[in-house]
This record gives sequence, C-alpha cells and structure tokens, in this order.
Amino acid sequence: METKVIKKVDTIFDVVECNYIQVLEKTLAKTADEIILDIIDSGLKGRGGAGFPTGLKWKFTKNEENAVKYVICNADEGEPGTFKDREILDRVPEKVFTGMAICGYAIGAKEGYIYLRGEYNFLKQDLQMKIDLFNSQLADRDFDFKVFLRSGSGAYICGEESALFDSMEGLRGEPRNKPPYPTVAGYNLKPTAINNVETLVYVTMICRMGPESFKALGTKDSRGSKVFSVSGDTPTPGIYELELGMPLNQFVDEFGDGDTKAVQVGGASGHCVPRKKYNDTIIGFEGIPTGGSMMIFNSTRSMYNVLHDYLEFFTEESCGQCTPCRVGCQQLLKGIEAVKKGDKKPSYLEDLKKLAATMKIASKCGLGQSVSNPFNSIVDNFREEIIY
Amino acid sequence: MSSTETLVKDLVSKYGKSRNSLMPVLQGIVQEERYLSEEAMIFIAKELDLSAADVYGTASFYTFLDTVPRGKNIIRVCKTISCHMTGKDLIIETLEDILKVKVGQTTHDKNFTLLTANCLGWCHKGPVMLINDEVYPELTPSRTTEIVEEYMKNATH
Repeated sequence: METKVIKKVDTIFDVVECNYIQVLEKTLAKTADEIILDIIDSGLKGRGGAGFPTGLKWKFTKNEENAVKYVICNADEGEPGTFKDREILDRVPEKVFTGMAICGYAIGAKEGYIYLRGEYNFLKQDLQMKIDLFNSQLADRDFDFKVFLRSGSGAYICGEESALFDSMEGLRGEPRNKPPYPTVAGYNLKPTAINNVETLVYVTMICRMGPESFKALGTKDSRGSKVFSVSGDTPTPGIYELELGMPLNQFVDEFGDGDTKAVQVGGASGHCVPRKKYNDTIIGFEGIPTGGSMMIFNSTRSMYNVLHDYLEFFTEESCGQCTPCRVGCQQLLKGIEAVKKGDKKPSYLEDLKKLAATMKIASKCGLGQSVSNPFNSIVDNFREEIIY
Repeated sequence: MSSTETLVKDLVSKYGKSRNSLMPVLQGIVQEERYLSEEAMIFIAKELDLSAADVYGTASFYTFLDTVPRGKNIIRVCKTISCHMTGKDLIIETLEDILKVKVGQTTHDKNFTLLTANCLGWCHKGPVMLINDEVYPELTPSRTTEIVEEYMKNATH
C-alpha cells in the first residue's frame, strides 16, 4: 500500500498568497460543470470525517431541478479532540466564504448558511462583520449569492447533517431517515450541498492552484493534505496541516512524548490504536480516516477512564429518538462500570460487544453506529485495564 | 407589555415570522434573560403561530437553551477527555470553593450558575471554561480565581 513520509505543509492558513476575490473572479469565469469536474478530478473528500467525494456531492445537487437550493457550511465542530474549524474560521474565514460562493455558483444556489456551534459564539461578531463585507463584495460584482450565519445551542448531534437542517428549521436536532439525501432534500427539504469548513477552504485552494497541485500531495485514496488537531500527552499540542497517507508510527515519533501507549484517531467516535499497531496503521481513507482529531495517551493513563469518558459523552449527546442508541449507550456505560466493580464477570464484555454490534446495525445515524469503534478497539486492545 | 413580550416581538420582527426563526429567537431570549421562562415560550408560540408545547419541545432539546432560571453569568467547564487529563476536576473544585455552590447550582445572589459541558473545542489548551460567550483556556486554579473575582467585582458596580 502506498504510504507517505510525514510532512507538514502550510496551505490552509497561508494568508499572504490567497487573494480570495481574484480566486473567485477567476473561478466564476468557468462554467459550473468545469468547476465540478475540477473538484471531482482533485479527488477531494469531505474533511468532516465521513469522507464523501465533494465533487460528486456537488454534481448530485446540481442535477436536481429546483429553483431553490442551498449551500451549508457545517461549522458544528463537536467531535472531542477536534478544534481545527474554530481556528480556520478565526484566521482565514474568507477562504471559507469563497468556497461557499463557488459551491453556490456550481450547484445553482443563491443562499449559503454557516451553522456555527454555540460554543464558538465568541467568534460571531467578527465573523458577521467579515460576512457583511464579503456579501457586499459579491453584490458589487453582480454575483447573486449571500452568506448567512446561524448558531447552534450546544448539541453535538447537530453536526449530523440532517439534524443540522432540523435545527435550522426550528426543530429538535433529531437525524432524519435517509434517503432522501441532502442533495435531494436537505434544508427546507430543498437540494442542499453541505460541506465541512475545511473542505470549503480546500475548494478555494483547488480553484486557485488547479487540481493537479492538490493531487501532488497524499495517496491515491487520500488526496491532498488535512488539518489535524493534536491533543493529549504530547509536548506540542495544536493544529497541524499534514499530508495524508502517513503511517501512525511516524505521527507518534513526531508528536508523542516518548511513552505513547495509544492514539485515538478520529475523536470519541473513532478508533483507538495501540502501540503494536502503529506500524500498520495509515492515516487516510485507506486506513483509519479522521476528521482531524488525534488524541495521544501515554502509559500513565487508564484506558478504562478514557472509554468511560467517551461513553458518558455519547450517553449525554445521543438525541434519544432511536432505542438502539439511547439505551445502548447507557447500557455500555453501566456495563463497563459493573465489570470494573466485579459485579459482572469479565466475559460480560463479550455481551457488551454484541450490543455495540447491534447499535452499529440498528441505530438511525452515525452517532449510534460509531459507538462500537471506540468500544471494540479499547476493549479488545486494553481488556485488562477495563477489568482490573 | 412586559419586557419579555417586547423582546419576543423585537426578535420576531428581526428574524421573521417563520418556524425557521425559532432558534435565533430562543437564542436571543437566552442572551438577554439567561433562560426561557414559561411566559417567554408562550409569547414566542403566539408570535410564530406554534403551540407552546412545540416551542418547549425544541427548547428542551438544546443544552444552551435553559428552561430553568440561571444566574447572570453561566460558567461551563469542559469535562471531556483532554480537559479531564489536564485537570478539569481541580478547576471545578476551585469554582465550587469560590462560588459556594456545586455543579448544577446557582449562587444565592443569582450572579453565577456553575455547569459542566461536553467538549468545547480547546483540547490543546485545556482545561477550559466558558463564561457566557467568553472563552478562558489554559486554566490554573489561581487564574480561575482571578477571572471569577473580576466578574464578581463587575457585579457589585
């Protein structure tokens, strides 16, 4: 399998080089189909975690016949261990707006919404000022597109796209059944292209430099670079843009404190990788994909506490509408507590894994479906720590 | 007209008389009054042509849309893993000591409510807390005390 040597790059936060108005003018001189082909050709996949090909998402939305369509920027960054979108919106918001305007032009939408998590309300005032300026710059060029800002109110689940639409429509943030997908019926049941903050910045950069230079980085399945949020037991916590496709051992060499026993890749809903698997784990869509969250644990940490924290998180953040997720999260939490206390035998962990497997199949959305990722990877690799 | 009723009318005329305005209107009330009273929710229902139960249904879903009275300043300490590892327990103890309340409670003078929150997105700079919309990363017990004392001073002026 193709792997890359760990490499830090600096394209996302580079403000000197990117004149966003120039990029916009250059891009809008192309046809919508040409832009979509460029994005497809670049191989850009969504940077929020799920990794759907961005160009295809746009193509599906464009192909829907409807006078009203929407662009939505998902800034409901809530995955534990992720903080890159806040930094992007704080430092280079114009690149995000530009990506939204390009998307609007490509799919035929006149309105774009940024759904910003309530925890980032302190960004709002500055962001609104910059949006107003951007909107007036678009209006000056007779380009019919406007960016609006909406806020969340402290619900992790609203990062799930259909829950986000519900929230914007004044409803409880409870995920919808799919299909129909957002490209067909999203916000207000209109065709909607919803993209992560970081994805939209890469769109702006691909339109500036062309798909070839984006493709020059990364591997066949994971093109380009990505912003990583590094936290936990590391001497250098923070935000780093890295080329995709690196093996985890190199990441640990670069960021670990010399005593790294596990890395949680992809946040609470991601996978826990123990030391013995660092060499075989690739960070990218061919290995373990991530929305950017990389939490590093050294040998002083109890993996029971880590799993307990994650399960508490999911129990509180489950929207509660479907039973497998609502009850499943609670029972997994109670279950490991009982095993730890000795009220249940260690073999009870096997029953709990069956429950996690059921949640994966039967839950309505990604939240309940992904609880088995941390659960299985921590229980399988650190069984003794869970029991004793 | 009560001040709440005026506020609801102002918010509805700002955001528009449609269900899509419900979140911004609820958020606007919480911004001003720190929580959603029954009175506020009934006014909103009337203005947006919804049932009061419907408004309550949406409000009660969201952690930041409180439906019980809160203090003038709401403190939310992040309790998720990275902040747990960097010492959020000590920060919470410090806050409980200064404010003389437990997590979930409001001080007698109604100046502070102490809460915990799930991941606030500052994992590289934990422990962290929000006071209302302001963020305070890289907390130590002494820094926490300083910050809260500053808010206390402002309250007495």
